[in-house]
Amino acid sequence: MDYILLAEQFFNGFQLGIILFLVAAGLTLIFGIMDLVNLAHGTLYMFGAFFAATFVQLTDSLVLGMILTLPAMLIAGLILELSVLRTLYERDHLDQVLATFGLIIFFNELFLIVWGAEGTGINLPPYLSGLITLPGGITVPDYRVVIIISGLLVAVLLYLLVSKTRIGMLIRAGASNREMVGALGINIKLLFTLVFGLGAVLAGFAGMIITPITQAESGMGEGMLILAFVVIVIGGIGSIKGAFIAAILTGLIDTMGRSFIDVALMSFMDSVAAETAGPAISSMLIYILMAVILAIKPSGLFPPKGA
Amino acid sequence: MIRKLILAAPLAAMLVAPSAQAADDTIRVGINLVLTTPASIIGLNSKAGFEVALKHLGGKVAGKKIELIFEDNKFKPAIGKQKTEKLIKKDKVHFLTGFIFSHILAASAPVGLKAGKFVISSNAGHSMYSGKKCHKNFFNSAWENTQTPMAVGQMLNNEGVKKLYILAPNYAAGKQMITGLTRTFKGKVVAKALTPMSQRDWSADLSKIKAAKPDGVFVFYPGAWGPAFFTQYAQAGLHKTIPLYNAFSIDGANLPIFQKRKMTHLLGTMNANFWAPDLDNPATRKFVPAFKKHYKGQIPAHYAAQAYDALMLIAAGVRAAKGDMSNMDAVRRGMEKADFDSVRGKIKFGKNHFPIQDFYARKVVNKDGQWQLSRVGNAVLKNHAPTNSGECKL
Repeated sequence: MDYILLAEQFFNGFQLGIILFLVAAGLTLIFGIMDLVNLAHGTLYMFGAFFAATFVQLTDSLVLGMILTLPAMLIAGLILELSVLRTLYERDHLDQVLATFGLIIFFNELFLIVWGAEGTGINLPPYLSGLITLPGGITVPDYRVVIIISGLLVAVLLYLLVSKTRIGMLIRAGASNREMVGALGINIKLLFTLVFGLGAVLAGFAGMIITPITQAESGMGEGMLILAFVVIVIGGIGSIKGAFIAAILTGLIDTMGRSFIDVALMSFMDSVAAETAGPAISSMLIYILMAVILAIKPSGLFPPKGA
Repeated sequence: MIRKLILAAPLAAMLVAPSAQAADDTIRVGINLVLTTPASIIGLNSKAGFEVALKHLGGKVAGKKIELIFEDNKFKPAIGKQKTEKLIKKDKVHFLTGFIFSHILAASAPVGLKAGKFVISSNAGHSMYSGKKCHKNFFNSAWENTQTPMAVGQMLNNEGVKKLYILAPNYAAGKQMITGLTRTFKGKVVAKALTPMSQRDWSADLSKIKAAKPDGVFVFYPGAWGPAFFTQYAQAGLHKTIPLYNAFSIDGANLPIFQKRKMTHLLGTMNANFWAPDLDNPATRKFVPAFKKHYKGQIPAHYAAQAYDALMLIAAGVRAAKGDMSNMDAVRRGMEKADFDSVRGKIKFGKNHFPIQDFYARKVVNKDGQWQLSRVGNAVLKNHAPTNSGECKL
């Protein structure tokens, strides 16, 4: 066993988990508190990627461009909520799915028209495009360390917001029992708008922070959306803590599966069969995990209390 | 009801009339391409290739006007098939061409062939049509899918690569690339990674490459996969230690994007192809500057060159039949003879109607401030025909 490779893959899986968490956190809040199935959440991730790429190119500065992206995401999220999603809260889930799926198609085409088929991207400045040697001799790109640190920072801020502030209390209350919060005289509409804005910023942050690695392309949000749904189902819908743990778990299992399953299979199968079965099994792993967890705990690992 | 029908009849006749009238003095070519979605980078490049060919023909052949009718298949086999039917029934085309992706060709070609039309694939090289399912009215102006990676495999032998790490997306074309490559590559393949089609982050694979220490990495990452993978390859610092080779991942269509994004680590990377913009023959010398003038100042990709040859091939057929499209046999014989100036120099077809051609190694270079693929040395494969040509019983 190559321990350096194992450690590197652990790091890679953790980084994937962080990105998944950022997307899933918003999705779980919106689904859990507002009872809104928002398929266009992946679209917000794409917004973040394209906004960041555009701002970075305009300002010629990675930091400045990224700082500008966050308020832009908040504004985009609020506009979307006020103009479209607000009308969907009273409807059933099928209508919501239909409408938000329409948003996906609309924005994918719009982004194609505006940014072209080739998409866009962010080039890392020289001070972030090197490699860093972590203790134990593993080397990883600088920027991936930045992703992990900033993602963890956001997770901590989100934890403080949700568990230590009044607005966070309302969010938690909303996740547990929406009707009761409304009955207590809380302006639930305003709360929904704020939660959606927060979700948009989180998804946008994820899209922004990953763009220097994956580049931005129209339709990039859909793959992420599916994974994010897996994460929130595993973690328990409406639970931030659940989303965090499930995201890290999903990221690690997915990465470890892709790295080591074919090797493991080769120990008892011939190499051709292992090469075919390896990718198939590793891409199924997280869904198997979801199925197992649903069988044992149908409402996920950490369902919000009272739900 | 009957009165309504009687009233409608002349109206319907009026709708049909114009195309019926045009039947005699126009050669209509239906071109089925992907012109929207991210895959349109290839389709638009091909479209420009057809347009330049039309210009060089003066818009005419054998005294008849050539009309190009472009349709967008939106990267979907079902829509591609619909558009093919529209081109046959409404536009009454004589030739169907274009087709970038093999799965779209596979849905459309049977419709065209059944309707008795000539089908000329200007890119999709589905191996089904070079082998058992070859057809007297089917031509290909490009290659069969496994030929290009076979050329890359030979190129890797010439470059002295002994340990190779292979990456490709997990779908039909990805697997065909690996099949082709391993047919000619003589060294050891240390790993074949078939990555999920939705994958945009290769961190796990890059760590494995680093640990495997190969002396070459081969990728097949066309379209949107390329920019993301190549960026991460450099971020992981691998471009400094392990040379990167590819098939269909760096070409004239996406080099302008790579240049704009300053991905300088791609300079010097190699792939193989039947064509390069600096091939020394009359058609290429004429085609490249004309394309550059026609399409955003870009140097044509092989897609455009194949499209150019597709229309020239059609023109050669029409010329041989002296413009008489009812004489299909004469048109076919003319196309088989292929008496025209091809971007390959001279073009020769096998009995399966696929070109028998040379393949060259190419390298990304910066020439006069514009990145391009420059031919390296002599052909790596000479007079090469699709491996399954023998299965064709024509």
